[in-house]
Amino acid sequence: MSAQPALPTAAEEAALARAWSRRPGFWGALAAVDHKVIGRRYIATAFVFLLLGGLAALAMRWQLATPEARWLTPDLYNQLFTTHGTSMMFLFAVPVMEAMGVYLLPLMLGTRNIAFPRLNAFSYWIYLAGGLLLWGSLLIDMAPDVGWFAYVPLAGPQYGAGKRADIWAQMVTFTELAALAVAISIVATVFKQRAPGMALDRMPLFAWAMLVTAFAIILAMPAVMIGSTAMILDRLVGTHFYNPAEGGDVLLWQHLFWFFGHPEVYIIFLPAVGMISTMLPTFCRRPVFGYLPLVLALVGTGILAFGLWVHHMFTTGLPRLGESFFTASSMAIAVPSGLQIFCWLATLWRAEPRPGDLTRTPMLFIIGFFATFILGGMTGVMVAAVPLDTQLHDSYFVVAHFHYVLVGGAVFPLIGALYYWFPKFTGRRLSEARGRWVAGLLILGFNLTFFPMHWLGLAGMPRRVYTYPPEMGWAGVNLFVSASALLLAAGFLLLLVDVALSLRRGAPAGDNPWDAGTLEWATSSPPPPYNFAALPVVRTAAPLWDGNGPLPVATGLATDRREVLLTTVLAASPETREPSPEDSIWPFWAALATTALLIGSIFTPWAVVWGAIPTTAALVAWFWPKTAEEDR
Amino acid sequence: MQRRAVLDLSRLPEDAPSSGSLTWWGTLAFMLIEGTGFALAVAVYLYLGSLDPGWRQGAPPPAWGPGLGVTLLLLASLVPNLLLMRWARAGDLKRTRLGLLLMAGFGTAPLLLRIFEFAAFGVSWDDSAYGSAVWLLLGLHTTHILTDLVETYVLCFLFFTRHGDHPRRYGDVQDGALYWYFVVLTWLPIFGCLYGLPRL
Ligand code: HEM
Ligand SMILES: [Cu+2]
Repeated sequence: MSAQPALPTAAEEAALARAWSRRPGFWGALAAVDHKVIGRRYIATAFVFLLLGGLAALAMRWQLATPEARWLTPDLYNQLFTTHGTSMMFLFAVPVMEAMGVYLLPLMLGTRNIAFPRLNAFSYWIYLAGGLLLWGSLLIDMAPDVGWFAYVPLAGPQYGAGKRADIWAQMVTFTELAALAVAISIVATVFKQRAPGMALDRMPLFAWAMLVTAFAIILAMPAVMIGSTAMILDRLVGTHFYNPAEGGDVLLWQHLFWFFGHPEVYIIFLPAVGMISTMLPTFCRRPVFGYLPLVLALVGTGILAFGLWVHHMFTTGLPRLGESFFTASSMAIAVPSGLQIFCWLATLWRAEPRPGDLTRTPMLFIIGFFATFILGGMTGVMVAAVPLDTQLHDSYFVVAHFHYVLVGGAVFPLIGALYYWFPKFTGRRLSEARGRWVAGLLILGFNLTFFPMHWLGLAGMPRRVYTYPPEMGWAGVNLFVSASALLLAAGFLLLLVDVALSLRRGAPAGDNPWDAGTLEWATSSPPPPYNFAALPVVRTAAPLWDGNGPLPVATGLATDRREVLLTTVLAASPETREPSPEDSIWPFWAALATTALLIGSIFTPWAVVWGAIPTTAALVAWFWPKTAEEDR
Repeated sequence: MQRRAVLDLSRLPEDAPSSGSLTWWGTLAFMLIEGTGFALAVAVYLYLGSLDPGWRQGAPPPAWGPGLGVTLLLLASLVPNLLLMRWARAGDLKRTRLGLLLMAGFGTAPLLLRIFEFAAFGVSWDDSAYGSAVWLLLGLHTTHILTDLVETYVLCFLFFTRHGDHPRRYGDVQDGALYWYFVVLTWLPIFGCLYGLPRL
């Protein structure tokens, strides 16, 4: 046996910092490829879009507070609900979940950077451009007004005059391109860059969740890209995909959209589930109950998610047998969800918390999630039944249902996760005292806002109406709903205040403020640019809870240049060392050229031809080896 | 955090076998995305065709000539592609250069024929949904060839510079060759669909 390998010296850590730091200044910032830098930007940007979407929602609720209000024009109302829904789904919910993965996965898995970090940087710029396109169009009164699923023929060439539907369709291209790029990075990182010894069955559940999510993205997003491309082609060059007069079909759009759109819900929900399964054990001070069933539930949900899309089309008159099948599968998806909830309850049941653990802010949000999500799931099983859906389709009942699922199922766990991981992101803790208020306001405000909408729907109020006559008898409840929305908004405002104050004055976090068991807590907060000077060696699913003294680590990766360790897919035994890409400005230029191409193509098909030239040039420059490092 | 070194990685190899590298996995994920895209485009064709058997609105079945030519060229290109894969794996600079030149040729030829193939369908994208679906499928696959071809050109050029002769670049060549298999393979069901179904 050779002698014990030595831990990295201070000089080696300084060299690592030099090798991995991003260059200073404006151009250095644009060229950064560190997953933590990109992840932070992604998360912050997604929250900005949440806020903007929230402002649009408030405007709508202000309008609906009283009958026959004239504050918003019908046209502006259409733009607002479309921009709100589109922004929430495409610019907030999916990106923020992926962004949490971008920041956290390499740390949780014990590696120095994400796989394909330049692709990851490219993804962020593309995403940002897509967001600016949507919100910029609202500023100039040109925002899409066709709803977040842009049904044809309303969004087709005949009824969707102007460029609004094209803007929607191209915004979809931007966000899906960005999402797919991150999905590729995530799959490769999870498969190949886990710390030595982190066999698949020792991987944190959040990583499992992100892996399943990434596959769902890879299989779902092409559908909407094909669909929206066909829509643009119909509008721009006169193809007939959706034109029944020439052999096309309008329901084709609905199939393509919902083949993506239903899994989309799980693309948002699965990461949230993974966050809960990762946070819960920390506060229960016990490993999660039923690791294997939880993994199976994640995978099962991911697969079932593709068998459900037709339940969005029950009212389109599909053949009876088909409808029964999709009702059955829509109800079947309640099984893995139920299984997960059972495992979490069992984890709570066996908890050995220290005083106060179970009432920490992240836990409050988990509890809020339980209550809210179960209700949303139940109304979901209700509308999965064809007769009921026929009645409730396009009513406020549906608005209530999907906000229960989306806000309860994804936003609450996400805010909990923000309280949980903020110390790692910034080195400072959010305030527990303010956190309780945030949780209280959000959970209460949410339920007061959205629960009465069930009743509005049953009372016949359709969704997507800019106003209603007083005789309908909906005024009182609408006023109540709008007032409660202010309470909800106050919760978000307080969250913002807490973040702003804690960034400067929050209590220092230390490496592992919650005494958690996963690897992201094995390095400093915020982590150094290289994440780990020596990679952790993993022997259990909660490496920091092993309790056998110091953390076992592996040394010997390069310290003077960027290098990552690749391990085998199943057992994560060390395989090779691979260079990790240097910073580069080219992903930024490539994204800019792609943006010009995509926005240009809203107006002329030739933009695709001319835009391809700078895009190709930027991509070649991106991959061309420029330094001696890149020749290795 | 207290640490204890238990493992020394410094003696691990630096260049992975191609099938273990990150790029290999990335290429696979890429194929999955594009494969899904193609499957959906074929599904669009089948779906619209099944709704209305008269959807071609009198357009004749496509002429065989150019399409068959493209298919044969693509199939023939599998041979130099296989050789290139082998030469790159062996790190043989001269032969890899030769292989890249060959593949640049074998990528360009079907692209030229493709121009005639579009015409062989005798239908424009704005004539009918049938025309739209045909152009979508052909267009997607042409983009597919085109992107791989640009990559081949760039790699070919690169291999005649000082950057060529490095283990990682040989890896890139192998990944590119892997991708070309995929380009050829995805064409076969599309070919069957575009040329077979109108004749049923
Ligand atoms: C935070 C507080 C929120 C409020 C007060 C709110 C309110 C509303 C309102 C008033 C509508 C329009 C209803 C109509 O006229 O048909 C709406 C639609 C919608 N919301 Fe929200 N919402 C909120 C958060 C969210 C979140 C977090 C998401 C997604 C993650 C979301 C997704 C949607 C979608 C997809 C639509 C449908 C848009 C359409 O009809 O095309 N909302 N919301
Ligand atoms: Cu659904």
